[in-house]
Amino acid sequence: MKRKPTLAAVALGAVITLGLSACGGGGGGGTTSGGGDNQGAAAKGEFNAALTKVFNPSTKKGGTLKFANPGEWDSLDPADTYYAYTWNFIRLYGRALVMFKSAPGPDGNTVVPDLAESLGKPSKDFKTWTYTLRKGLKYEDGSPITAKDVKYAVSRTVDRETFPNGPTYMGDMLNWPKDYKGPYKSKGANIDSAIETPDDHTIVFKLKQPYSGFDYLAQMPGTMPVPEGKDTGTKYQEHVISSGPYMFEKNEIGKGFSMVRNPNWDAATDPNRPALPDRIEVQLKVNADDMDNRLLSGDIHVDVTGNGVSSAAQGRVLSDPNLKAGTDNAVMQRLWYTSVSPTVKPLDNIDCRKAVLYATDRAGYQSAYGGEFTGGEIATGLLPPTVPGFERFDLYPAGPDNTGDLNKAKEHLTKCGQPNGFETNIAYRAERPKEKQTAEALQQALGRVGIKLTLKPYPQGDYFSLYAGKPSYVVENKLGLSVNGWGSDYPDGYGFLQQIVDSRVIRPGGGSSNVSVRIPDVDKMIDQSLTEPDAEKLKPLWAQIDKRVMEEAVILPGVWAKALLIRGKGLTNVYVSDSQQMYDYVGLGVQQ
Amino acid sequence: MTAPLDVSGPHLPGDEGAGPSAGAGVAIQGRSLSQIAWARLKRDRVAMAGLAIVVFLILVAVFAPLIVNLFGHPPLQHYRNMVDPTTQVPKGAFGGISTDFLFGVEPQNGRDIFSRVVYGARISLLIAFLATLLSVVIGTVLGVVAGFAGGWVDTIISRAMDVFLAFPILVFAIALAGVVPDEALGLSGDTLRVSLLVFIIGFFNWPYIARIIRGQTLSLREREFVDAARSLGARRPYIIFRELLPNLMAPILIYATLLIPTNILFEAALSFLGVGVRPPTPTWGGMLADAVRYYTVPHFAIFPGLAIFLTVLAFNLFGDGLRDALDPRAR
Repeated sequence: MKRKPTLAAVALGAVITLGLSACGGGGGGGTTSGGGDNQGAAAKGEFNAALTKVFNPSTKKGGTLKFANPGEWDSLDPADTYYAYTWNFIRLYGRALVMFKSAPGPDGNTVVPDLAESLGKPSKDFKTWTYTLRKGLKYEDGSPITAKDVKYAVSRTVDRETFPNGPTYMGDMLNWPKDYKGPYKSKGANIDSAIETPDDHTIVFKLKQPYSGFDYLAQMPGTMPVPEGKDTGTKYQEHVISSGPYMFEKNEIGKGFSMVRNPNWDAATDPNRPALPDRIEVQLKVNADDMDNRLLSGDIHVDVTGNGVSSAAQGRVLSDPNLKAGTDNAVMQRLWYTSVSPTVKPLDNIDCRKAVLYATDRAGYQSAYGGEFTGGEIATGLLPPTVPGFERFDLYPAGPDNTGDLNKAKEHLTKCGQPNGFETNIAYRAERPKEKQTAEALQQALGRVGIKLTLKPYPQGDYFSLYAGKPSYVVENKLGLSVNGWGSDYPDGYGFLQQIVDSRVIRPGGGSSNVSVRIPDVDKMIDQSLTEPDAEKLKPLWAQIDKRVMEEAVILPGVWAKALLIRGKGLTNVYVSDSQQMYDYVGLGVQQ
Repeated sequence: MTAPLDVSGPHLPGDEGAGPSAGAGVAIQGRSLSQIAWARLKRDRVAMAGLAIVVFLILVAVFAPLIVNLFGHPPLQHYRNMVDPTTQVPKGAFGGISTDFLFGVEPQNGRDIFSRVVYGARISLLIAFLATLLSVVIGTVLGVVAGFAGGWVDTIISRAMDVFLAFPILVFAIALAGVVPDEALGLSGDTLRVSLLVFIIGFFNWPYIARIIRGQTLSLREREFVDAARSLGARRPYIIFRELLPNLMAPILIYATLLIPTNILFEAALSFLGVGVRPPTPTWGGMLADAVRYYTVPHFAIFPGLAIFLTVLAFNLFGDGLRDALDPRAR
């Protein structure tokens, strides 16, 4: 498809909206149009009603949507933010070149054009990607959005000193001039080697290495346009110039902010955002337990972090069928696991590692994270079920009750020459109670076959840079096991696997999340994936990498994370999309 | 309590009704200080109750394995069948309290709270006693030296005390406990953590005792019996060990008893903050820290909380009673 005219895009938007309302009519969950009964809407819900379809669909505009956050935003600046929830939320006030479709379930995993007219057009070698902007795009002040603004915005993301939080993909992958340090420190530098803008509507990205999944990087907030004249560096987050349907009304950093409709946002240029509420309010630093109670009472609508209920509320919500009906158990693209380091004796022997995997009490691991609803599904491999390419397999069956296969474990211990077991250490992050529980559960489970674990808590701030992620420290301190976790930046095999299985990310100085996987075959397969444009063809490759890592028994999978989300009372058009793994904030509306 | 206890002389038993034997017509016998104090203490019901609890707790700590064998389960063993897999909360009413699990079980992993509270007493009391001993030894030695020697020695020690008293102990304790590696000085594991905590808690509490001892020594040093000993040619060690120390025993005992509950609280605070003894070894403070996330399962916090409360209260009651008994004039 080439150069889709604007009209077509509008038509497409209309179809989507119609589709949603039609779905509501037939889905059985439809509410009467005039119904202002908040409680009625909540009562009609059922558990997981918003997981794969739209709950309470609506196209009705108006109302105030209220979010709460137990913590603080890392930053509202598109160059300086790296949370799943901030990337979800930022789409309300910013438009990137492309975006994840706002749709329930797996459909939400597809990338669709946003500022651009179509997805990126790669060159044959996948080293050059071209996007064409739609016509008639405007900022909140009415000035036009141009390709230069996108170029400027991306160049800002290179400056990691001014913006320490954001992702480094663009800075790492584009062909920046040598020693380029962003628009503030390298003022006036010519960056055409990385990004070119032949005219106001065309932007060309030039990569150092081929990458067929560039659209995933283009959907990140880094490509949301920033007008150079309005940029105030670190202070830009106090007033981000909106390109989306909402703009900031009042912004008190650290306390909260409110947003109102952006009068210069034109729905005709934006087929993806229904923009239902008139107003959005966000409170920061709300006590987590208090927040759960207020969600249940209807005082606020959404826990913006999408982390799900606290341990305290979990028991209350799950034991009351009425409360449970108002929740959704979202599947995350996150694996909680334990690294088994082959650099630590006797785990250099594959049979000793297999013994560890067989002796693991998987149900105990699941309990440590909070059980099947708030913890997650017992993992048997690396790739979570919602990542394309997922294949279910289990190389180390743990028996009918999932508590481990002790006979097999002993068998492998004998093969490994340690029939009575051995001693090693398990590292975990001291500030994380769930990781402590995991370490204790593994200590119990492995103790059954004589593998004695000693618990080693480390501060989470330096966990990877100084301790569990530093190869020399691991060897010297015999950290045979280290509790770990990983979530992908985007729902793609490469995005999920590369950082935790590519041995080349392990640096002697420490700092990598991969602490145990060093398999040459896997490195080769990762490279192979970079030049394959067809996502379908890549799927078997991801599964193959997954299996290869499991064969080596260097990762002990724990759970594929899930979160128990409270569906706020009075929300309309609610759904969890696979790309966000929480309620899709672009779609949400409120009943009035 | 500024004056020493006069032990000699026939007047003391005259203390109203001090000895029940006094009126019985039996020949009056001279009694030692400890006998008198014990008689007074026995009449103080509150203090005796405190003492009874203290003795009970010590017995619990000493015989923890036996008690757990009889009434509980191994403290580290997980009993996940006792926990609802969905909500992660113990099955049954009141956190799974039953004849099998006397105090119920922990959420998530189902460990026996009774056994963990019993074993927690070991760590708490051990650390509190050893830390107190350390404070008392350092405090007494420096206090006596400062008070007895006077002059520049006194100045230096007193200033050192001021410095230590002004020191932000908690902050330092957290930093030190966090920095010390897993193996140091040939120790490792729980032994290292316990020694570390004893050192931190004991080493920073000595000035409280030292100040009191110094004051006592200053006033004792000028007393007639010390002058008498000196004029008879007694040397310094003799005066310190024979004349001063026996008279200092009362304040030392009293403050040691009152320091123990403070130290128990301090240890609990450090464990609560995650710098105490490493998990999974049970400690009361550590259990409380775990329980915070489960305020909907109150029994998890109540039992270790009660244990701390009861222990501190018992030691305080006993300590107060002891002070009254040893030094009635201070009442």
